[in-house]
Amino acid sequence: MVQLTLPKNSRITTGKTWPKPEGATNIRKFQIYRWNPDDGQNPRVDTYFLDMDTCGPMVLDALIKIKNEIDPTLTFRRSCREGICGSCAMNIDGINTLACIYGMDEIKGAVKIYPLPHMEVVKDLIPDLTHFYAQHASIMPWLETKTNRPAKEWKQSIDDRKKLDGLYECVMCASCSTSCPSYWWNSDRYLGPAALLHAYRWIIDSRDEATGERLDELEDPFKLYRCHTIMNCAKTCPKGLNPAKAIAEIKKMMVDRAV
Amino acid sequence: MRYLTDRKRAVGLGAGGSGTQGHWQMMVRSMIMVILTPLFLITFGLGLGGTYEEALAYYSQPIPAIIIALSLIVGLTQLMHEANEAIEDYIHGVTEKLTLVATKALAYTLIVAGLFALVKLAL
Repeated sequence: MVQLTLPKNSRITTGKTWPKPEGATNIRKFQIYRWNPDDGQNPRVDTYFLDMDTCGPMVLDALIKIKNEIDPTLTFRRSCREGICGSCAMNIDGINTLACIYGMDEIKGAVKIYPLPHMEVVKDLIPDLTHFYAQHASIMPWLETKTNRPAKEWKQSIDDRKKLDGLYECVMCASCSTSCPSYWWNSDRYLGPAALLHAYRWIIDSRDEATGERLDELEDPFKLYRCHTIMNCAKTCPKGLNPAKAIAEIKKMMVDRAV
Repeated sequence: MRYLTDRKRAVGLGAGGSGTQGHWQMMVRSMIMVILTPLFLITFGLGLGGTYEEALAYYSQPIPAIIIALSLIVGLTQLMHEANEAIEDYIHGVTEKLTLVATKALAYTLIVAGLFALVKLAL
């Protein structure tokens, strides 16, 4: 049955409030989800204060400053700090996005930071993406060909290449899938917007010769058709992509070949 | 605890091999409902407010009776499928299967009961 309340050991408690920086005039409050699997405690929300005159403009700048100068135990993923690697995806001010490209000027009041929703948490702001990556692998995210490899290269027209725009840019940050209610309730069977966007990226690729097999793999009431066009994926995507449109295009192809 | 690989967990039992027909039929019923719903509201509205004899005479005409019958069949079938979608979303396991059966039974009962009442009025 659907679970409407959190189990006791998951209920969030009030955490530690760290002191405000001395002599600072431009102070900002940060409320950050903390959970350590090793201490046996419930998750908590710690409160930090930063002097914004000495902090960069992005949420990731603030997190790095907190880790470097206040609390080295704060744990989060980050790498490229320019929206390419997708590592720092988290829930900021109620929106799943990348901390490195989300400006703090877009947030009113305290900056509230949580891990991506409805995922198991490894520690603090780090979600367990194992299943998400396995689902991505299951859609065969590579060029599948049966024709003998050409001497030089697989050719593609400019128009066919353009069809990949808005698809290949996905950085697999999982912001879309973890914002999707259908994925929350059925992530064991529904592939979710990110994997389906990637599936469409290969289905629509003019060089790929496994279109039928790819569609066969998606011919399932749950894998594909659990998408109810809620559109949270398109709304939240930090790269401005539209997974819902990609899913709709797959559904159209499915209908075209069946009806 | 089961020692399954991540890939096996993700693939599960594989693709069910169905879904598109259901999706297509859902769209067809929706398109029919776009036309049928205003017709139903107009027809049903025109039949309201009369005496018992006037209602009997009204529903014994072919057009009102056919529109009401079609609305019953298409509308309740659509409702049943939409309800099943919601059940599949939120309920899992044996409870899911039992609820799906109950919803179908209820929908078919309502359709047959409605048609029976309509036939009694019309004939």
